[in-house]
Amino acid sequence: MNTTDTTTAPNSSPRDRVTGTTFTRGLGVVILAGMILLVILGLFVSPPDVNQGESVRIMYAHVPGAWLAYLAFVVTGISSAAYLWKRTRSLTWDRIAGASAEVGVLFMGISLVTGSLWGRITWGTYWTWDARLTTTAFLFVTYIGYLAVRGLGGTHQQRARRSAVLALLAVLEIPLVHFSVELWNTLHQEASIAGRGTDVEMDGLMLFTLFLGVVVFTLMYVWLVLHRQRSLALDDMLDDSGLDNALTARRAEAQGVAR
Amino acid sequence: MSKPSQNSSPENSSPKNTSTVIATARLIATKDLRVELRSRVLLNQVVPFSLIVMVMFAFALDSDAVLERVAPGLVWLATLFSVLIMVSRSFAVETADGALDQLRSSGVPAMGIFIGKTVALMVQLLVLVTLLVGAAVVLYRAQVSWSGGVLLVTTAIAATCGLAAVGTLYGGLAAGAKGRETLLPLLLLPVVAPVLIGATRATESAFGTNGIAISEGWPWLGLLAVFAVLFSVAGAVAFGPLLDD
Repeated sequence: MNTTDTTTAPNSSPRDRVTGTTFTRGLGVVILAGMILLVILGLFVSPPDVNQGESVRIMYAHVPGAWLAYLAFVVTGISSAAYLWKRTRSLTWDRIAGASAEVGVLFMGISLVTGSLWGRITWGTYWTWDARLTTTAFLFVTYIGYLAVRGLGGTHQQRARRSAVLALLAVLEIPLVHFSVELWNTLHQEASIAGRGTDVEMDGLMLFTLFLGVVVFTLMYVWLVLHRQRSLALDDMLDDSGLDNALTARRAEAQGVAR
Repeated sequence: MSKPSQNSSPENSSPKNTSTVIATARLIATKDLRVELRSRVLLNQVVPFSLIVMVMFAFALDSDAVLERVAPGLVWLATLFSVLIMVSRSFAVETADGALDQLRSSGVPAMGIFIGKTVALMVQLLVLVTLLVGAAVVLYRAQVSWSGGVLLVTTAIAATCGLAAVGTLYGGLAAGAKGRETLLPLLLLPVVAPVLIGATRATESAFGTNGIAISEGWPWLGLLAVFAVLFSVAGAVAFGPLLDD
């Protein structure tokens, strides 16, 4: 309870075991306000679409969610590279990568579900095999695999290196998957059902609400990742102190015997 | 089999002597193939498994016309399922007596191990794919002309190379400790989707299914080749760090 390993927990001090700071509290207030505004604008004030009617409102959750998922993926990739590069190696990058992946999986799931529902209403079908949708599904599954690998155990460094390599392989693989599916789809001459579904003609207020949604969700992402990577740091600290305590106890035993 | 005259540092980043890498690769590849030759696991277990899978497809799909149309896809699906087993086997051979750890600590370049295991896996996969295509001809009434055959052989080489590279890479990650082997399908199958798409489309052309011309198959070969090259290079680089657990 008294180890303060500053290399694993740069933001916590001995008496502050929570992951909140003044900055995150302020940020949280801003996000809350933004969310309330978003809900009011998105669900009530902004007009329904000419063609889609009220179902266009799903877009205000779906598009920011999808954007967040891609952002999280990019951040995981960059953090993984930062960890692997010797000059910037630090477990903080590993924890950011892990936190970002968790948030990314959550929002990818949300965007897939909301997108499905919207598709059901608009196109009459829950799913279609267009490149963007299929690639998002692959990204989702790849991330779940990434999170599973993070849980394999071992030292923090082992976990960090394994998952960093995996993340970079994913960065390699996802464009390839996207490209193959796109190539595959151009064969199929799909009906307009697989067309550019999210291109709606946007009223000014709708555009603003969408933009607001993206901004608020991005801030929320930052808030979530900050908290999560701090709690991961605390987890790691706990692991380390557990080891230290065990070593201390064993040494004390040994000295007791030696006496 | 260690090389005492080599003064590579314990770190994986020692300058690679190309001839050492190739020598290691050749050694590992022949070792793996010899192990397979003597234990015949591929022949006795994996091939029957894949043939049973082909039969089960027929039960599930229940229509000659449908089967003939989807035959290419079924061949490569059966191959993918078999890859999972073969990769597990390829690394079980190493981890059984801690051989992998000893290989690494003997200073052998990881790139050589990767290339060796990939080549061995690719040879085994080629044998498997050949048998599966034969099964498709027999069970699903697929037809292969001479020009189709050329496309088929090239497709098989490109696809199995990609599959072997990715399999060895992710197999290295999933090998060994408990709770890891079950991770392999989850990690591997999404990654090999491009191979499934490309190989199936190319094989469709080769079989002439749905009247698809053979010329339409060759572009897919490009996709397969890109995949194979990309992951062979990525694997050669990433295998060392992944193994150093």
